[in-house]
Formats: sequence, structure tokens, C-alpha cells
Amino acid sequence: MIRKISLFFIIFITTSNLANSAAQKNELASKYEANISINNKASLQRGAKYFVNYCSGCHSLKYMRMSTLAEDLGIDEALFSQNLLFNNKKIGETMTIAMKESDAIEWFNAVPPDLSLTARSKGANYIYSKLNTYYQDDSSATGYNNVALPNSSMPNILAGLQGERKIILDSKENPLGFEKVSNGALSEIEYKQLTNDITNFLVYVSEPAKLRRYSIGFWVLMFLFVFTIIAYYTKKEFWKDVH
Amino acid sequence: MSSDSKDNSRRKFLTGSLSIVGGTGVAATLWPFLTSMAPSAKSKAAGAPVKVDISDLQDGDKIDLIWRKKPIWVVKRTKDMLESINTNEKKHKDPLSDNTEQQPDFAKNKFRSLKPEILVLEGVCTHLGCNPAYNPDQNNFFCACHGSKFDLAGKVSNGSPAGANLKVPPYRFEDENTIIVGEMPKEQKIDSA
Amino acid sequence: MEKVLLRDGEITLHTRERSNKWQMYINIKGTDVFVRKSTGTSNLDEAAKIAGKYYDQLKETANIANNSASGVIGWIDARLPILSFIRDHLTQYYAPKNFNFWYFFGSLAFLILFLQIFTGIFLAMHYKPDAKLAFDSVEFIMRDVNLGWLIRYMHSTGASAFFVVVYLHMFRALMYGSFKKPRELIWLFGVFIYLALMAEAFMGYLLPWGQMSYWGAQVIINLFTTIPFIGPELGIWIRGDFAISDPTLTRFFALHIVAVPMVILLLVILHLAALHTVGSNNPDGVEIKKNKDERGVPLDGIPFHPYYTVKDFVGIGVFLFLFALTVFFVPEMGGYFLEHANFIPANPLVTPDHIAPVWYFTPFYSILRAIPDPAFGALAMLLSIVVLFFLPWIDSNPIKSIRYRSTLFKINLFTFVIGFLILGWLGVKAPTPLYSALALRFSEMYFIFFALLFFYSSTRSNLFSYIFSGAIIFLISIYDLSRISADNYIIVTVGLMSVILFVIFMTLSPLYSSLNKEKEVPDRVTA
Repeated sequence: MIRKISLFFIIFITTSNLANSAAQKNELASKYEANISINNKASLQRGAKYFVNYCSGCHSLKYMRMSTLAEDLGIDEALFSQNLLFNNKKIGETMTIAMKESDAIEWFNAVPPDLSLTARSKGANYIYSKLNTYYQDDSSATGYNNVALPNSSMPNILAGLQGERKIILDSKENPLGFEKVSNGALSEIEYKQLTNDITNFLVYVSEPAKLRRYSIGFWVLMFLFVFTIIAYYTKKEFWKDVH
Repeated sequence: MSSDSKDNSRRKFLTGSLSIVGGTGVAATLWPFLTSMAPSAKSKAAGAPVKVDISDLQDGDKIDLIWRKKPIWVVKRTKDMLESINTNEKKHKDPLSDNTEQQPDFAKNKFRSLKPEILVLEGVCTHLGCNPAYNPDQNNFFCACHGSKFDLAGKVSNGSPAGANLKVPPYRFEDENTIIVGEMPKEQKIDSA
Repeated sequence: MEKVLLRDGEITLHTRERSNKWQMYINIKGTDVFVRKSTGTSNLDEAAKIAGKYYDQLKETANIANNSASGVIGWIDARLPILSFIRDHLTQYYAPKNFNFWYFFGSLAFLILFLQIFTGIFLAMHYKPDAKLAFDSVEFIMRDVNLGWLIRYMHSTGASAFFVVVYLHMFRALMYGSFKKPRELIWLFGVFIYLALMAEAFMGYLLPWGQMSYWGAQVIINLFTTIPFIGPELGIWIRGDFAISDPTLTRFFALHIVAVPMVILLLVILHLAALHTVGSNNPDGVEIKKNKDERGVPLDGIPFHPYYTVKDFVGIGVFLFLFALTVFFVPEMGGYFLEHANFIPANPLVTPDHIAPVWYFTPFYSILRAIPDPAFGALAMLLSIVVLFFLPWIDSNPIKSIRYRSTLFKINLFTFVIGFLILGWLGVKAPTPLYSALALRFSEMYFIFFALLFFYSSTRSNLFSYIFSGAIIFLISIYDLSRISADNYIIVTVGLMSVILFVIFMTLSPLYSSLNKEKEVPDRVTA
């Protein structure tokens, strides 16, 4: 019986760890792995700030309610209103943007996607590697191209921070790495930290309940453990009758 | 079947604890379901304070707005109207606004308002929730559903089916002509904190 | 002095010493029934004997008294037979005493059914069955409804848990022959429940209106269009539009929350009614009703309540622990319970790179894909489910339990389970030539399992064995001979030869070895 249950457990845990199938485009892009820790409030706060500064011009978070964000990130509502409030909105509203779709198509030839769920649909590493694999490409309309998402219509807005880079290709035209052309406002480590914070923030945004899920879950499991122990001894006691 | 090995008190204790722990579990499991029926974050956000501009409001006029899905009246009372308001015990069920549920502390006064001429009320009859009508000619609010009568401070008249005065929502003046319904006056907030 | 002499379910017969004579009392738990009779002796052993003799008479009296219970319960019982129901289905429903681990899954399935209905009701309070609003309303539940995420994860995890438990429950039936006479109807209702559950899960999966919802439904509904003549029209009728759209979503919602759950509930009632009519099977496959004591109680039976109710609580505890572990820590289960692409709203213009059904459909999906013709593929898939209905008549071997069946039967069941799991795994993978070849071979193995079950139903003659073996080999070979070419001959030959060797071993080894030897079934259950 115990043996069977533990077998069940092992199967359960191995299957739950199988394949995280968010597809990676290529080897170079897959080298960029975000370091996600949604319990790191400081990182989330920085990520929120960067997002509002650099991303929110084009990308909405239409499912993210700002009051929830302020509460979860431990930001006082007044402070939140001063620093992070989107486009003169009320704190109870969600983070939609003012840009019209028709304008977006005119400017970028595409509608910048809403990022509320990107971390869940494509994975954190998709976001992180995309932010880290821009390079100069004159053949592209934006002047830049991206290894993680080739021919992306998103301009390289963080170029000023990261610095200009060129791509290094091997003999088969596969991307190998990047060559620095000029320095940006941030060092390499600082830039990685910044993009990691943004990624971390978007992971939080994709499922705010995750912050609560683990702690509630712990107590539920504790309770069920106690319940099962009592049930086990009750069963044992009653089954003394059965011969 | 023999009964030698069985221990009734142990059995009772174990079934008792199993029932109590199991019952607690079931009760705790009900909580998410009950709380899911309470207003969501979206509904609560829709209940955020509402701004109203009263610079165009004429003497004796009333404007309606919605706050937390309820009608809110703003009435600019004339001198005559203010004179019609009294705290006569014989005429009103709660002449001195002693029922603290029905208004914030700042409105526990003769005119049940921050400024005497500006009245802010929730337009929901305290009997069964109909919207009373505004009768400036007769200086009252009258609820057609069951005939409750309120004076122009929202105080319920004796003989009405309604039991309490009309509710005064929390509100404050941002400036001379702007009212924010849903927020307490600044000094009031500090008091209560 | 007081001594318990007999205990039978909730009825206790005990004696008390009064003025040097033993008196018999009968107590029924939870009632104020009290029957007393003097044994007229002061010797305890003698009193016990006399008590045994009077037991039936006393019990009868007690039961009559019990039927006319007083108070609120009595008032209700006079109008609705709750007490006799409790007696017939719990306190005096005798289940074999040798149930093992595999017997937890019936009650667990019942628990999950309840959980799904309960969580579903609360989700329906917030969900909007409208193509424009559905996706947003699910995110609304996940973010804005108080603890809505918990209710949603319970429901989505519950769907997968339902299938885990039902598959284990069905495997139990295969192992111990629980579908065999006289339990054919229980099995039939069970397969109907399984079918209804598949329909329920499939329609529920459309409701979040994500990319996987949309394209998964697209693929499955297109299966219906492969039906000759009426197919295309039928597809349009099911969708209510020329493509999956708002009418499809709304009707799936209606069916998912009202129609199918009612059908499932009805089928569960029939499943249980049939079960309680013939009684449970057990790991020994012995009919406990054949051996009864003088009171008509099966010697190897114990009252369901309290013995199996307390035991089921242990199972429920362990199950809920694993369930909570999933709900709180891995609700997506790495993309198997909630697929990544389903967090992108449905878009009829963009098909995701890779469409895989949810894991519980994948074995059948593999069978569908294994045959490179849509109509025959769909037919094979349909057949793979329909064959389950005939199981009681396919396997007519009188020995029920795997414990007493032959080594070959065990090998057959084992390879079937492994094959089914591999088919499931292949179903989530993108098809490569190797995977497609594997899917074809294991699909063949799926059907060969049933053929072999029929073959092992009785002792077969040499001639029959050879003909049977040859027939299977012929059937699988003609297909391969028709498609073999210079490009694929290695993969086809290796695959075909493996299956042929398996068939030859399974059908001809009984003639030359004792591998098909069965054990004798005992009269009584083993401990």
C-alpha cells in the first residue's frame, strides 16, 4: 500500500516536471534564461517602473488592475498615483493604453500585443531573450533585428541603455553572438538586471494569484496531512473488527 | 465476531476528531465560494469616488449621479427650503440624526450637510429601496412605492413606512464648485485615523 | 457485569447480569431501540449460545422497532424510506472485505463529480458565454473575483483528476474482471459515463476561448465531417455557423453546464444501482454471496458503513493532498492540464505551431493520426472506444481476477497498458516518421489486446490457434504490403515483424508451453 502510494507520488512529480514546451527559436536565444523570483518585491517594483517608462507607450496590460498591483507590490496608493499611474487613469482601472490600433498599424505595421499573459503563453525566457537579442540590421525597417523573434516589427527601444550591437554569424549563417559597436547608458550587468526585472514583473502580471497561491497551498496541505493521519488511525481502529 | 480487541472510547475519540477536522475542512472549503460572490475587484473599482461639478447648479435644482451603482442627489437648497427644515421631534422619527448608520459624522447637524445650501443624499428609500421623487414645491421627497415622506434634509416624517432618514454618502469639496462623492473630508479622515 | 456477544454492523447484542441470570439486550446504534429477554442461565457460555439462537428473532423485533423510529427522523421515514435506504446501501450493504488500493477510485470519482458540479456552478456565475467576452471573463475570474483563481484551478485540475481516477478505475475492472457476468450492465453504464465525460471535457475545453480551445474544437468537430454523405452538413450543424464561432461557444456552454452533467448524474445513479443489485467484485474475483452464514450475511462481507466509509476517508485524504498540491503549486502541470497556447485568445486566422489535445484524449488522438486517411482514422478511433462496450462478451473466460489467470493474460494486459500510455505520449508529440510508425504499431496492439482476450476465453485447439494467429497477421500485413516502398521498407518491416512476433508468441506459445496455465480460484476470498 505505502509502496504503491509512493510510486504514485514519483510518477506524479516526474510528469509534472516534464517538458516546458514554450518553444525556443534557436540556440543563441535559448542561452538567455531569466532569473524569475516573483517574491522579490524590489525587483517587481523596479520592473513595474521600467515597464511604465519604456513599454507602456505601446503595450497595454489590459487585465492588470492597478489597485491590485499597488497592493501586491506593497506600494502606497499615493506613491503609486504619483509614479506609476497610467495615462491619468484611476487606480481601480486596468492598464490599458491610449494608442489607437489604426495608429499602431501606421507606425509599426502591427498592433503591439497586450502583455498581460505573454509570460504564461510564451514563457518568461521568451520575453527575456527578446529584450536581450537586438542587433543592428540595415535591411530592417526599424534598423534593428532580433534573434529571438526575427523580423520583429518592434523597434529597439532599449538601444540607448544597452548600446549598439552587431551580430556575429557562423559559416552557416547561424547567429553565434554579438559584437559591441558603442556603449549604452548601462553596463552589461545593469542591462541584464533591468530586462530581468521587466521579465519578472511580466511574470507576476501574468498571474497575480501566484503570490498568494503558494502560501495558502502550504496550509491546505498541512491540514490535509493531519486529516489523512486521523482518518488512517480511525480506519485502523475500525478494521480491528475485520478478520 | 469477537469484541476483545476493540476499544469503544478510542473509537469514539477518533471518529469525533475525524468529524471535527473534516467538518472544519468542509467549512473552510466553503469560504472561497462564498467570498467569490462578494463584489469583485472590478465592482469595487467601479465604486471609486466620483467627481461632480456644481458650478452650473441653480438654486432649488437637483442633479443626479451614480456612485456605487446607486443614485446620488445633489440639491442646491434655497433660503425658503432651508427654513422649511426643522428638528421638531413630533414631525420626524429621527430629528437629530442620531442613527449614525445614516450619515457620516460631519453631517450630523440640522441640515445634514457640509454646507447648509448643498445637500448630498443617496436617493434610495430606506423602506424598500425605491427612488423617492423630489417635490421642490412641497419641500419634500416623496416615495411613490409606499408613501414615505422625507424633508429636504432627508429626514423621514412620522407616519412613513420608512424607518430611517435618507443616507448621506461620504463626500467632500475639492474646491468651491467640485464635490467628490465617496471620499471623506480631509480633516475628517485624520480624525478617524 | 456486561459482555458483548455479537456485533453485526450497527447492531450489538450484549448481555447483562441481573439477579444471577444473564439477560440479552439488543442495541441499534443511533436509535433508542431496546429489546430485552432473559436467557434464564447464569453461565456465560451457555448464555452466549442461547443468545445466538435468539439473535434473529431479536434482530427482527429490533428492526421493526427501528422502522418505526420516533422523532423527526421517524416522521420523515414514514413518508420517505431513508432509514431502509441507509440500511440497504450503507450499514447492511455487504462489500467484500478484501478490497485493495484499486478500490478507492470509484468513491474518488464520485467525489470529483461533486466537486466539478460545485465549482462549475460558481464559475458559471462569473463566466460569459460570448465569443467577445469569454476570454476576458476567464481572466476576470482569475484576477478580480475573490479567490476566483482557486475555484477555476479546482475546476481545471478536477477535469484532469477525473480522467486520472476514471482510467485507474477502468484498469481495476480489467484486472479483476469486474465487467464479467453478472456485472455487464455496470460496465456498460461505466463506458457510457466515460463517453459522456469525454463530451463534457471536450465542450468545457472550448469555453476559455483560447487558441487551444478553438483549434482543438476545430480538429474534433472536423472529425464529424469525415462521415460519408452527411459529414459536411453535420459539421456546420454542430457549429451553428460555417466556422467555430459565437453560436458554437454558446451551445457548448449550455450542453456543458446543463445537459451533459444531467446525463452523467443519471448514468452514475444507474451504475450504482446496478452495482448494488449484484454486489461488488473483489481482487479475488470470488462471489461473496455464494458463502453466507445462517443469517444471510456473506461470510466474506463487511458492512460498507462504517468499514469502507472510514477507509474511503483515508483515500480521500491522500487524493485531496495530491489534488491540492496540483491546484496550488502546479495548476498548469507543465502545460498538460492548462496548455500554454490557451492563454492567447482564440484567433481563427492563426493556427498555433503545434496543436495537441489535452492529455486524456491523446491515446485516441494517436490512433486517429496513425492512419493516414481521415475517414478511416476517425473510424479506427471510434472503434477503439466502441470495442469497450463489447468487452464483457469478448472476454468470456470464467476466471475474473488476474490473480488466477495465466501468465499470457498478464503479459497481454501489461503490454496493453504500456501501449496505451505510449499512445498517450505520442499524442502530444508532433508526428515524425518514427513517431507515426510507433503510433501505428501501438494502435494495432490496442486492438490485438482485445483479440487476445477473446482468444484466451477458453482453451483453444491447435488448428484454431494457427488460424487465429494467421488471421491477425494477415489483417495487419495487407495494409503494410500496400504501402511498402523503397523509402520506408526498413521502418515498415521492423514494425510489422515486431507485431507479428508478438502475435505468434501470444497465440502459439500455449500449444508448446504452460504459459497459458491458469490457477485454481479459491472458494473464499484471501486476506
